[in-house]
Amino acid sequence: MTLHLINKTPSESSALSDSLSAVSEGDALLLIENGVYAALPGYAALFTRLPGSVQCYLLENDAQARGLKDLNQEFRQIDYDGFVELSCRYSKVVSWF
Amino acid sequence: MSDSKKSFLIINRKAPYGSSAARDALDVALTISVFEQPLSLLFLDDGVLQLLPEHNAAAIGQKNLSANLAMLEMYDIDQLYVCSRALEQRGIRPSDIKLNITLLDQNGIATLIKQQDQVLSF
Amino acid sequence: MIFSIVITGAPYSSQASASALQFSKSVLKLGHRIHRVFFYADGVHSGSALATPPQDERNIPAEWAELAREHELDLVVCIAAAVRRGVLDENEARRYEKNGHNLSPDFNLSGLGQLVEAGILSDRVVTFGA
Repeated sequence: MTLHLINKTPSESSALSDSLSAVSEGDALLLIENGVYAALPGYAALFTRLPGSVQCYLLENDAQARGLKDLNQEFRQIDYDGFVELSCRYSKVVSWF
Repeated sequence: MSDSKKSFLIINRKAPYGSSAARDALDVALTISVFEQPLSLLFLDDGVLQLLPEHNAAAIGQKNLSANLAMLEMYDIDQLYVCSRALEQRGIRPSDIKLNITLLDQNGIATLIKQQDQVLSF
Repeated sequence: MIFSIVITGAPYSSQASASALQFSKSVLKLGHRIHRVFFYADGVHSGSALATPPQDERNIPAEWAELAREHELDLVVCIAAAVRRGVLDENEARRYEKNGHNLSPDFNLSGLGQLVEAGILSDRVVTFGA
């Protein structure tokens, strides 16, 4: 199972949409850097077709830096330690930028 | 102790010449083949534009990428996978591409990624 | 777990190097090993000893150097990517008859073979892209 790392906003690049096309059951998504903006409620529709088995995470440091509150509840907020733990839990990390 | 062979996948998502991504990816691909590790290349999104034939990079003072891509076959890198939707979106017909490629749909791409040990993105 | 980290963005121009630095610190804190950090494409600029940010800003190249010294990390800057971008060690400066060299002493210039080897020997490779 793969951890997909996305660091761009939905407008900045096709990173997010490409990653969403490439996920398999049991994979996970982690939004970091500018990628955390995709967790704004306005973008919720982008994620509705994700298989239920795909867990979604975002890096809280990047969300805090950007003053983001009331984000999409589907995204669990983690810190860098959590990022490392996810990297261990999933068998590989694919970066989308 | 880690396995001595790991399968590598290189994901190409950028058009050539406007950034170094395409060339950087190719240099890594050639190095991986020197190390004799199983290697696949996946072309997604703007990455498929690298595969258009008849580049003439001298016109902007760069080296031709298409020559290096043709070299892949010489290096036994023959697993070139191309997103069929990316081609369609750009109005490129598979027959326009002069390399030996395998078209993949979304499911095929997800499966390809699942099968690899290491994935490098460019 | 054995990690290798790949960085393709320049410090300040993107968050890549800073994010990778924080990630690396967590990797080490949690007791994992870092086999190699490989700086490719614009990532090579993290290896510049001349980077001089304002006093009230992070000095990312210096932080990498300090982390390397503290944990004996192998920080590798891709030689081809570096030289064409003006990041040279003493050898390359001499080879190309340049007036100065700027690779930070805690980094090494080497080829893409080091990236591939890292991929072969590491359990996890994490790329921080520009």
